[in-house]
Amino acid sequence: MTTTTDLSLPAGFGSATFRAFTDSRREPEWLAERRQLAFAQYLQKLDLPLSQEEWKRVDLRTFKPNQFALRGKTVRTAAQVTTLMHERANFAGAVTHLDGSCSTVKLDESLANRGVLFGNLAELLVTHREVLEPHFARAVRPETDRFSAWHAAYCTGGTVLYVPRNVEIDQPLYSLIGLSEPNAADFSHTLVILEDGASATLLEETSSVNPDAAGLHVGAVELIVGKGAQLRYVQLQNWNQHTWHFAHQTGLVAADASLQWTVGGIGARVAHIHQDVKLQGRGANAEVNGAIFATDRQLLSYFTQQTHQAENTHSDLLYKDVLRDQARVVWRGMIRVDRVAQKTDGYQRNDSLLLSPDCRADAIPGLEIEADDVRCTHGATAGRVDDEQIFYCMCRGLSRYEAMHMIVEGFFHGVYDRIAIDAVRDTLSEAVKNKLGIGL
Amino acid sequence: MNSVLKIENLCVAVDDKPILKGVNLEVRQGEIHALMGPNGSGKSTLAYALMGHPKYELIEGSITIDGVEISELEPDARARMGLFLAFQYPVTIPGVKVADFLRHAVSNVRNPERKEGEGLIPMKDFRKELRSRMDELGMDHEFARRYLNEGFSGGEKKRMEILQLAMLRPKFAILDETDSGLDSDAVRFVSEAVSRLAGPDMAIIIITHHERLLEFNKPQLTHVMLAGRIVEQGDASLAHELHDKGYVGVRERHPAEAAEEAEPATAVVA
Ligand SMILES: Nc1ncnc2c1ncn2[C@@H]1O[C@H](COP(=O)(O)OP(=O)(O)OP(=O)(O)O)[C@@H](O)[C@H]1O
Ligand SMILES: [Mg+2]
Repeated sequence: MTTTTDLSLPAGFGSATFRAFTDSRREPEWLAERRQLAFAQYLQKLDLPLSQEEWKRVDLRTFKPNQFALRGKTVRTAAQVTTLMHERANFAGAVTHLDGSCSTVKLDESLANRGVLFGNLAELLVTHREVLEPHFARAVRPETDRFSAWHAAYCTGGTVLYVPRNVEIDQPLYSLIGLSEPNAADFSHTLVILEDGASATLLEETSSVNPDAAGLHVGAVELIVGKGAQLRYVQLQNWNQHTWHFAHQTGLVAADASLQWTVGGIGARVAHIHQDVKLQGRGANAEVNGAIFATDRQLLSYFTQQTHQAENTHSDLLYKDVLRDQARVVWRGMIRVDRVAQKTDGYQRNDSLLLSPDCRADAIPGLEIEADDVRCTHGATAGRVDDEQIFYCMCRGLSRYEAMHMIVEGFFHGVYDRIAIDAVRDTLSEAVKNKLGIGL
Repeated sequence: MNSVLKIENLCVAVDDKPILKGVNLEVRQGEIHALMGPNGSGKSTLAYALMGHPKYELIEGSITIDGVEISELEPDARARMGLFLAFQYPVTIPGVKVADFLRHAVSNVRNPERKEGEGLIPMKDFRKELRSRMDELGMDHEFARRYLNEGFSGGEKKRMEILQLAMLRPKFAILDETDSGLDSDAVRFVSEAVSRLAGPDMAIIIITHHERLLEFNKPQLTHVMLAGRIVEQGDASLAHELHDKGYVGVRERHPAEAAEEAEPATAVVA
């Protein structure tokens, strides 16, 4: 493997670090050139302000990038990472990464024989350039903003899944992104490509080995769903509460294809996810689910866009968030409908449940519609757990903790009911339960 | 041995406003009591105070079960000791399925030492039991899969309370106007279900403004509340009389309490 050499890089992410980093990777020319370009863009963007609209509610004043560094191979193994998902299903394949290096790759032989690629992006980009290059950095463009450029400059690898035309994978695949060493940075990139008529399910989770180690994730997710293909993708963000998480995540959905995309937000100190779904072909369909549970002083921010670029496309987004302590959740949603996208059916909704007086949820839905024959609706609600509900449950013998748990689980049910994968439901449910235990 | 619930000189305030002003009541397992009184006299307050609602502050007095003081206990501990309240206004818990909720409730009440995460009663036995209790109440099994009280009609919510009573089989059950808002068929179902449940192991305190439930479940004792006190006690005929004639006579016999009524019902009617 190419990325497991020991790194000792200068602090920060400036030119000296970048040079040392690229020297250590010994990549083919075409990849190195991409990096150079992205790094130049990063330096340029560093001096430019971030989009007000997207970032004004995210406080970055305490974010010190130079505190973090890319590590080489860690002494730990992925087996030491606490996972919530891995044991819950029989996976057809699994890829794990730790501190930016790929640790393990497994794939059922029968799938490999049918041309499925599943493994470390850094490696497969080199060995299967002709298949992957046309898609790599196509959905998430490095020049988008500071974070996308930063990611593209320092991208270490990540999980890649390629499913050839008409190949249907019934069993889910698994991907783990772990952080272990203190102040380690992860620049992983998830790339999923389903050719026309293919189908697959990828369950991905992030996790910290050390509950107290600060960490940084500057990531990207690209989901490319070909004509008539069906992808279910889940990413459970479950870092410890000392991790900064920034990600650009984009799904491109072709004609008659469908994407079910579920986001779980549990961990991180500050997270900001820019999530784009682009419905590019007639009849494309996307369902976006979010289950978010923020506690303590966490700030979890989501900037979601559902862009309808073709006729008869359908998108349906439901984010549900629960907040406690001084936590804050921001959801800024936008449905965009291009002029050509007649008969669009777009929906977005965010529900927040507030468990404490000091938490805060901001939900700002928005519509930008250029076509005239469309149906687009949005909604947002925020409510508190009612003491009367707790009392009622306790009158039936449930402890306060159990009552709270029941009510929170009940609140998330609207999202769980849409996710027809038991392993995901159980994982989210378990994550919620673990978290409810803290500070009660 | 018959358990005894004993309420002595119970004084309860809400937001510093005294509501109950010295209630005395003794109920034995196996007995049926009727608790009557005009609107606002404190019947529901007594029920909430017995269950330990945090807003209802105990100022004075005691509540004991077989001599054990329970007034400092959390509501779930009281439920596990065998107290049950069928709410006048049941609460909705969105997203929580009736069956899941009840399975937890039943597991805790039948195994009072159970901690969260420990075993629940076996699914198969539970389902079977739940179905037969639903049949007895004339409830569609579909209700078990619905979210607790979400979108339930008023009458369906009341029936859900009695279903919970039937599953939890407490030692002391308080039914707070369980018969109001029910159509006449539903009142019959509920009344019959309650009379089937009543027996040597359960005491029932029936709070009501109607007679039907009491016809099926004849009280040994009727208590009449006025302005936060129990001012009269009698047998089943007292309940009958109050139903026929209203509370005018009670107010005349207890002018001091009548004067203390917050908003006498008579004044509200006009
Ligand atoms: N949570 C509360 N906040 C403020 N006042 C309350 C509260 N609960 C009860 N009270 C007051 O206490 C008094 C007794 O109310 P309670 O509900 O116990 O009456 P009730 O006998 O059950 O009447 P009804 O027959 O109408 O159900 C009323 O004046 C009521 O307004
Ligand atoms: Mg009442």
